[in-house]
Amino acid sequence: MHYIDPHIHMVSRTTDDYKRMALAGCVMVSEPAFWAGFDRSGPEGFRDYFRQLTQFEARRAKSHGIEHRTWLCINAKEAEDVSLSRQVIAMIPEFLEHPSVLGIGEIGLNKNTRNEAIVFLEHLDLAARTGELILVHTPHLEDKFQGTRMILDMLADDRRIAPERVCIDHVEEHTIRLALEAGHWVGMTLYPTTKCTPARAADLVELYGPERIMVNSAGDWGHSDPLAVPEFIFEMKQRGLGKSIIHRVVFDNPMAFFEQSKRFVAPSWA
Amino acid sequence: MPAPPEAGEILDRDFLETRAKILEIAASLDRLDRSPGRPGIAPDRRLAQIRQALEVLLVPEPGRAETIQRIFSREYDPNWRSALEVDAAR
Repeated sequence: MHYIDPHIHMVSRTTDDYKRMALAGCVMVSEPAFWAGFDRSGPEGFRDYFRQLTQFEARRAKSHGIEHRTWLCINAKEAEDVSLSRQVIAMIPEFLEHPSVLGIGEIGLNKNTRNEAIVFLEHLDLAARTGELILVHTPHLEDKFQGTRMILDMLADDRRIAPERVCIDHVEEHTIRLALEAGHWVGMTLYPTTKCTPARAADLVELYGPERIMVNSAGDWGHSDPLAVPEFIFEMKQRGLGKSIIHRVVFDNPMAFFEQSKRFVAPSWA
Repeated sequence: MPAPPEAGEILDRDFLETRAKILEIAASLDRLDRSPGRPGIAPDRRLAQIRQALEVLLVPEPGRAETIQRIFSREYDPNWRSALEVDAAR
């Protein structure tokens, strides 16, 4: 079954992973801008990173038959530095017309601080002014519930932003209903220990149905599995859930969400 | 969505994995019990969270996973905007 991984950090993966993903049926990845595991030294570090996302990773993916799309932002962790954040946000428009850019992301909160919220709001303002899609990172572990509610508050406050043009990512049992009821798309991240498992994600599809739901691996430099989406496909098949439901979650839904981006051109195989 | 499977079917599929996860938790708690206590040191609140979460498992109500997620979560303050002095008015 062909699938899309709508959230994976390929900059931190080896080329072997592209091959494994292609063998497993991956036809497209969407890669948000994120924290590299260390704080970058300044805005030019982000300029190089955005070039890596829009140019190098696109070529590396293509050489394995995988389409690559990307998102731009300063991540929630580095957003604690408001001055740096404003310089990076000012730089984003230089890259927005690149055909592989889907929108602004993954913006969000980390420890739910004042500075993080300020920078999140300034990203929202950019997205609203330029008509971009938004991909949201919700915090980890004990910060997730509080941070998700704060994020939903900020999104609801800005009437320029249509809920269906926002994906709330990394949802779990205690945040998925809030995000869906607010009219957003949601992503369930299949990541060891700190996020969801394929089994729990399948439970949530059974509970809430497949509408506006996606799954992803968020594969990054930590212990993570770039084949987590195929693991989810396997779990769903084991439960006897039909191909149409599975295909909707792992392919049709990401395509439908991405197609809202003004620059998104569906590949010829779509 | 197709009709949910019978409990027997779910047990056939999940019993061994569930058993293994319960054993992991039991072994974790045994390790904690074996660790020497330090007089005068306040109990770690994480232990209380673990105990509270385990109690939820025994209550035969739906939504255990969601309830346990909330036990391990920081509380949401609807007045966070004024507490953090963040202007959300647009």
